[in-house]
Amino acid sequence: MFEKTLAELAQGLETGEYSSVELTNSYLQRIKAEDPKINSYISITEELALSQAEAADKARTNGEAGTFTGLPIAHKDIFCTQGVRTSCGSKMLDNFISPYNATVIENFNQAGAVTLGKTNMDEFAMGSSNESSYYGPSRNPWNTDCVPGGSSGGSAAAVAGRLAPAATGTDTGGSIRQPAALCGITGIKPTYGRVSRYGMIAFASSLDQGGPMTRTAEDAAMMLNVMAGFDAKDSTSLDQAVPDYTLTLNESLKGLKIGLPKEFFSDQIDPQIAAQVQNAIKEYEALGATVKEISLPNTHLAIPAYYIIAPAEASSNLSRFDGVRYGYRCDEPVDLEDLYKRSRGEGFGEEVKRRIMVGTYALSEGFYDAYYKKALQIRRLIQQDYVNALKEVDIIMGPTTPHPAFKLGEKTSDPVAMYMEDIFTISLNLAGMPGMSVPCGFANGLPVGLQLIGNYFAEARLLNAAHQFQQATDWHKQAPAQ
Amino acid sequence: MEWEAVIGLEIHAQLATKSKIFSGASTAFGAEPNTQACAVDLALPGTLPVFNAEALRMAVMFGVAIDAEIGHRSVFDRKNYFYPDLPKGYQTSQLFHPIVGIGHVDLELEGGITKRVGVTRAHLEEDAGKSLHDEFPGMTGIDLNRAGTPLLEIVSEPDMRSAEEAVAYVKKIHSIVTNLGICDGNMAEGSFRCDCNVSVRYKGEEKLGNRTETKNINSFRFIEKAINGEIARQIDILEDGGYITQETRLYDANKDETRSMRSKEEANDYRYFPCPDLLPIVIDEAYVDQLKQSLPELPDARKARFIEEFKLSDYDAMVLSTYRDLAGYFETAANSAGDAKLAANWVMGELSKHLNQNDTAITDSPVSAEMLGGLLQRITDNTITGKLAKQVFEAMWAGEGSADEVIEAKGLKQVTDSGAIEAMVDGVIAANQPQVDQYVNAEPDKRGKMVGFFMGKVMQASQGKANPGQVQGMLKKKLDALANS
Repeated sequence: MFEKTLAELAQGLETGEYSSVELTNSYLQRIKAEDPKINSYISITEELALSQAEAADKARTNGEAGTFTGLPIAHKDIFCTQGVRTSCGSKMLDNFISPYNATVIENFNQAGAVTLGKTNMDEFAMGSSNESSYYGPSRNPWNTDCVPGGSSGGSAAAVAGRLAPAATGTDTGGSIRQPAALCGITGIKPTYGRVSRYGMIAFASSLDQGGPMTRTAEDAAMMLNVMAGFDAKDSTSLDQAVPDYTLTLNESLKGLKIGLPKEFFSDQIDPQIAAQVQNAIKEYEALGATVKEISLPNTHLAIPAYYIIAPAEASSNLSRFDGVRYGYRCDEPVDLEDLYKRSRGEGFGEEVKRRIMVGTYALSEGFYDAYYKKALQIRRLIQQDYVNALKEVDIIMGPTTPHPAFKLGEKTSDPVAMYMEDIFTISLNLAGMPGMSVPCGFANGLPVGLQLIGNYFAEARLLNAAHQFQQATDWHKQAPAQ
Repeated sequence: MEWEAVIGLEIHAQLATKSKIFSGASTAFGAEPNTQACAVDLALPGTLPVFNAEALRMAVMFGVAIDAEIGHRSVFDRKNYFYPDLPKGYQTSQLFHPIVGIGHVDLELEGGITKRVGVTRAHLEEDAGKSLHDEFPGMTGIDLNRAGTPLLEIVSEPDMRSAEEAVAYVKKIHSIVTNLGICDGNMAEGSFRCDCNVSVRYKGEEKLGNRTETKNINSFRFIEKAINGEIARQIDILEDGGYITQETRLYDANKDETRSMRSKEEANDYRYFPCPDLLPIVIDEAYVDQLKQSLPELPDARKARFIEEFKLSDYDAMVLSTYRDLAGYFETAANSAGDAKLAANWVMGELSKHLNQNDTAITDSPVSAEMLGGLLQRITDNTITGKLAKQVFEAMWAGEGSADEVIEAKGLKQVTDSGAIEAMVDGVIAANQPQVDQYVNAEPDKRGKMVGFFMGKVMQASQGKANPGQVQGMLKKKLDALANS
């Protein structure tokens, strides 16, 4: 049962092989037994899950079931969930029970999905290893000495560790794709504005985007069908029709033009990763695609620009966590300033504080032009790189990460080394286009991710290309040893 | 050397939208604390702003009304600072690309002088909540009902040179926003408030002196007093060889003085940057044109029309045209009465007196414009005398019915029957022989004034109902006949 994909589970529910309550209970039991080793969940929402499963079974009996009815999934603890602690991986929100649902949660509820729990994550989605979580790091099911990646590390570990059939994630600089790659699962960051950000706790508003993390491209298509769409509550969400992503999965890849950016194949990549990605490209050629080298000349500027824009927005977005209305408040503040200083000083972790300080500095009077404004200019250059490249090719491919999963603690003392792990994912958030990671092999026994990048709203094309690859390979079917 | 004051004003006008600028919560005043603050206003994690298009319409209307440039691409910025009643830790405002650019208003000053004052800009922003310091000993209460209320901040050029000019400017802006219906103008509730930037310099000098900003003044009278006080304070300091500290001050109405606000230890760096949660507002010409077409009549145009159409004096026209409701009342009453001058006198006189005494808004007046018009008709058609009309008005104000009903019920109808008047005149002449003798013996040119005595007696006898013109005519005729006999 735990090896089944969402699509297969949907069929099992449909044929009555098992009920949603049975399926949900199996997963809840497994989570309780196995998750202590992985720590992929911050909260297990057993009561909610079972009531949703019961309702789903009832709906099925009444002939009111849809594709998603009764399917259990996990949600990254960044999505506000009514009546449930929504911590964002932070001490700051450890006591925060959300009084409302994020649009993504609402959409899944409407579709009849079951919420197994809320997954672990880097604090406020700031991190690439899940080590900044207040709830302790989640571990990589392939090797529990290794990180699962971040910030959606809990979601990736839960899916890879068979602790959830699928999960939601968010991606600000690679936070879906990088952990998907490191845990050997499939993840897609949609076009900015495709999935509503309402109720998704903001890290960097102009970069954040929610998306699915699944075993297969087909499951990702099913998830995205539920997640995507215009939301009047999010001014930056895009009012554009959502196709049924499952309908185009089987289209042929004959004539698909693939671009390989030379900047993504430098000698800084782990050679085994380079080899696996090259093998995957060959597989695509066998499927009828043509390949050419392209250039994204401003790639080297992406990390510096990102580490101005994202912290700048974060420094403002996180101002609301002030100990006044909700969340952590320090003990016995002597005055207002003390309340602010200690609530924030004690409530936020190191990485969050680091980024708030960087962002505050970058926006300060006298520095704005040199940092923030300059970073926005670079952002436009990077965006133009992608726009130009995607005039020549349909999909850009390359490695998702330069290295496979690293050891816990290996990079925590060197923030810049940690930031460099996102070198291939970060530029896409600046450009706003959709990107995906699919498993394409192993390096030293750890999963390797192939990144697929498409033009604005080309999610269907990416899912199609990923699905065809998964029909021809079985990397996505590999499971970590139990 | 003579001193000169330089004054610039920032007016915060609360826009009269039903819901807040970035959320669906109500903007109604006076509700229980925090009952009109939704998830967005509370800045719950994950919430996002959605811009209220009605606030945009109102801001553009104001821009059109002051003949200003409209920012065709306007952007919201975040102004970052911490304060307990600022839930997000930033105020969404507009720094770099305001919705309304340079415009102007014309002030009419005493002596028929017109002065043009520049409006630098007007931008949209959200209001903060309120901190309640007195209700919880040792703690501060936060009420976020007001948080997210749309404000239009209207910034003037430093074009004013006296408190009188400043007040004239504030009144002008007040009348524009209330006429447009984009602000209720209620200063006591804080819907319309003013920050005054004041500096002084020697007359003829180019360079501006250091200025102070006196915040949140909420009445025309206090604006005048605060500015005059501040000008005097600054001149005193400078004449004593002192230095004006650039600072924010508060006006204390009880003590009638401004004082320095507790200065923050360090200057705030607001770290403005474009709000990534909101898209830039793009306004096209067609939208602006459409609003231009639908713009209601503004005070200046209305004043000109009142002079032209109703032949009012400049002063009457100004008083009656400034506010939409008053102007509308006057027009209805004038048309109904058929005598605009009479209507103007009654609206500015008896009606205004009653409204003021009872602290009643004209829209709540128990005597409607139509009712007043009905009363004035009875004056012009001689049904009642002007003096009795006031008595009728009192009764109408007290809810005793229309003018005709009151006249009927109280039997106040004017006596115009010449036989009845003649009888009363004869009676008065017969009963006041000494005065008749005086009249007869007086020089003819002195007699005119002496008629007044007999007039009074006849009117008294008629309980005020006799037609005064007829009485006067008959008295003169009869008395002169006696004198000449």
